[in-house]
Amino acid sequence: MASVRLEDVHKTYPNGHVAARGLTLAIEEGELLVFVGPSGCGKSTALRMIAGLETPTSGRVWIGDRDVTQLPPQERDIAMVFQSYALYPHRTVRENLAFGLRMRGSSRTLIEERVARAAFALGLEEFLDRKPGQLSGGQRQRVALGRAIVREPKAFLFDEPLSNLDAKLRVDTRAELGRLHRRLGATMVYVTHDQEEAMTLGSRVAVMHDGVFQHVAPPMDVYSRPANRFVAGFVGSPAMNFFDCDCEEREGAPCLVSGALSVPVQAGEWVRKAGPGAILGVRPHDIELCAASDCDVPARVDVVEPLGSEVLLHLQLGTDAEAEHVRAVVSPEAGARVDDVVGLRFHRDRLHIFKSSSKTRLN
Amino acid sequence: MSGWRKWLPVGVVGLLVLATAFPFYWAVVSSLTPEARLFEAPPLLPVELVFDHYRALFDERNFWIPIRNSLIVAGTTTALCVSVGALCAYALARLDFRFKGLILGFILAVTMFPQISIVSPLYLLLRELRLVNTYPGLILPYLTFAMPLTVWLLVGFFRQLPRELEEAAMVDGASRLTAFREIIIPLALPGLATTAILTFVYSWNEFLFALSFTLGPERHTVPVAIALFRGQYQVPWGQILAAAVVATAPVAALVLAFQRRIVQGLTAGAVKG
Amino acid sequence: MDPEGPGALRAGGVTGNRRPRGRGPPRGGIEAADARLARWFVLPALATILLVALFPLAWTFWESFHVHDLRMPWRGTPFVGLANYAEALGNPRFWQAMGHTLFFTVVSIGLELALGLVLALALNRAYRGRGLVRAAVLVPWAIPTVVGALLWRFMFDSEAGIANALLMDVGLMDQPLVWFIHATAAWVPVILADVWKMTPFVALLLLAGLQNIDASLYEAARIDGASAWQQFRHVTLPLLRPAILVALVFRTLDGFRVFDLIYVLTGGGPGTSTEPIALYTFNSLLQNLRFGYGSALSVVVFLFTFGLAFIFIRFLGADLLRTRE
Repeated sequence: MASVRLEDVHKTYPNGHVAARGLTLAIEEGELLVFVGPSGCGKSTALRMIAGLETPTSGRVWIGDRDVTQLPPQERDIAMVFQSYALYPHRTVRENLAFGLRMRGSSRTLIEERVARAAFALGLEEFLDRKPGQLSGGQRQRVALGRAIVREPKAFLFDEPLSNLDAKLRVDTRAELGRLHRRLGATMVYVTHDQEEAMTLGSRVAVMHDGVFQHVAPPMDVYSRPANRFVAGFVGSPAMNFFDCDCEEREGAPCLVSGALSVPVQAGEWVRKAGPGAILGVRPHDIELCAASDCDVPARVDVVEPLGSEVLLHLQLGTDAEAEHVRAVVSPEAGARVDDVVGLRFHRDRLHIFKSSSKTRLN
Repeated sequence: MSGWRKWLPVGVVGLLVLATAFPFYWAVVSSLTPEARLFEAPPLLPVELVFDHYRALFDERNFWIPIRNSLIVAGTTTALCVSVGALCAYALARLDFRFKGLILGFILAVTMFPQISIVSPLYLLLRELRLVNTYPGLILPYLTFAMPLTVWLLVGFFRQLPRELEEAAMVDGASRLTAFREIIIPLALPGLATTAILTFVYSWNEFLFALSFTLGPERHTVPVAIALFRGQYQVPWGQILAAAVVATAPVAALVLAFQRRIVQGLTAGAVKG
Repeated sequence: MDPEGPGALRAGGVTGNRRPRGRGPPRGGIEAADARLARWFVLPALATILLVALFPLAWTFWESFHVHDLRMPWRGTPFVGLANYAEALGNPRFWQAMGHTLFFTVVSIGLELALGLVLALALNRAYRGRGLVRAAVLVPWAIPTVVGALLWRFMFDSEAGIANALLMDVGLMDQPLVWFIHATAAWVPVILADVWKMTPFVALLLLAGLQNIDASLYEAARIDGASAWQQFRHVTLPLLRPAILVALVFRTLDGFRVFDLIYVLTGGGPGTSTEPIALYTFNSLLQNLRFGYGSALSVVVFLFTFGLAFIFIRFLGADLLRTRE
């Protein structure tokens, strides 16, 4: 196992598209780090540059203590699981698993031993002599995994490996991958667009947007203290609510005000840095219903979506002309109905405040 | 669809097959009709069948010779073009390099060359090299249209293979070249076969170059030999038609056997809306 | 904790890696290796094509500006500028040949497209035995043109040919016609032979295009109340445009280059009344052995073919090269 390091990596394509801007990141040995972000954010490009399938325009890539930036993929000793699995259709499962070791000139005994072990670990023993075309999607996925494991590489790379599976299989396989990581203690770099996957799998999460790492931290940090507005809106479902507010003083305390909304906030250094305005963020789960007289803002219930153990409310603030929409998740006992006018109260310890200009976190 | 109109498509297709097949049918029948009756208000259904013409074709006219010539020329051209063309097509389909678009466009352009426009310099060139009326003297000009055709068809086939296969192979430790050999070629075999068939058919059917660059029956290919059949007193239609049947049969067999692949190869990408 | 979170990560600079950030290709890595390999892969085929296609073409252009009569080698090959072209443009036989070519191309293509479309529509609906039918109709396309031409020549050949016999039986004619000695009648077997050979090919191209049209579009149109004809006009035809254009390009180019068919069917005759430009060029070159003049004619054919190809490619070439991706 080895660590993986990106050092000021840039990637610009000949047509002018910039896929990576100054990516710098240190992935520790044995860590499972997830690149997550919307499509086009550059996560796949970053992964491919680690794999060697693309070369950075500038910057360096290290695997262990080797500078591999200019090395082709075959010399990097990493393994990759592709979104479409990319199994060799004309070869049997056994041959697929053995391919990498064959390329390295390993002895036949070693190959047989490792293939048998991997097949046993992944439950592929009865498929060894079949071709990929005769397997189901889940089985193919395991072969792709097996192909990677057999090589005992310095690091594993995953490019959205669960996207082609149906929802139930996805959750099961996700758990499998987590278990695999713990058992192997392997360095893994994982790419996905699904923030739920990222949060559940990664020891650390790297949120990407527009070719830049927006926030690299363990999942709970990213969730509870997102570094900027983008990360705050991307992580967590349903997405966070945002309000453009002015900073005012009310009753001697600093307040964020926007229309009918008025939220008193803790005083602190950040108030000075904020300037006249700031963006307030609050998650739907951190909103309570209360009496309309004693709340942060009154709202009208627009749509009620019962989700079983919770209820998702779509609420409207203000008049129809300048309506702002808010989402809140409450328990079914609250008994909210369409067109009710309720009061919303934001959890005081779970407010996220961002600078209007740079969108970075203030509190 | 109402009653009789349901049968319209089948009817049209049936008509087409009839119209297509009729000249062949007539040729086969006539080639088996004795000489004397060939032009005697012939009935549509044959009454008498003889093999005279076929016998004369092979015994007197040595039709084996043009067949041999065509096989050698078309076969060699195909072998050369598919092997060399496959490398070029792979590079154009998968690898990124400067001028790729230009080269692709150039090759497409060459497939549209009117052959008549290069007959004269090729003739002069062959004359200089003393290659007129030889096998290389035909194979070389055939490369003019066969090579671009092969490359163009194979680019289409290679593009259909998923990119990630080679990437997986490279991550697994193979060089681009090894991945090409171990992964791509085996998977591209159907495409290579179809291209080979099409190239062979085009080469077999070629007429202008064969007419211009061969001088005598020793090196004539099948199309030229048939076109230049001369009779003592009149056009030997019986033998011509027999030769036509002989020339058509193998091609027809090939096409019938591989029709699905051929159509795929020809229309692949050309009309992807 | 630094509130400018991402900034700390962005600052970079672990060691001084001062390579300038540009758009140029990296010195090493997979892209460079690929480009190197590509050079070796492309070279043989490209060199061959340049040698046997481009070089002779350049030679033809060069020859067209000289006199080169193989029957009179002592005259050498003097440079005469555009004299060959002038002679061609002033020669009525040249213009007739161009006219014949144009006539042949337009009529053949028109018939082939119309019939091909009908055929493609029918093939699209008729599900049974489609493979067999496809194979059957491919055969005329697959056989040598000269063989096909000979079949048609035989059918129309003399007063006792089957064409005459059938036409008289049906009652369209009361006397047998010697087709090949009449300047206009001679075109009939020529065009029929071409349509017979190439309509199936056009039909297959159009069929592929038809099969790419999403069936749900027809359903939507039907639900909206469109009749069969309206569906054809507003769904089929527009979506078939690319296929029609491709068929048009290929057939037009082939039409302009027509040689084999006419050489065998009529020899250009009677006289020169069915002589297309390619045959005229051929005669000048390899019968009259006037290589300079013939080269000028060759150039004219080339420019026309290429001009047409260029125009067509402008229209759908971007599509052709892109959809092949």
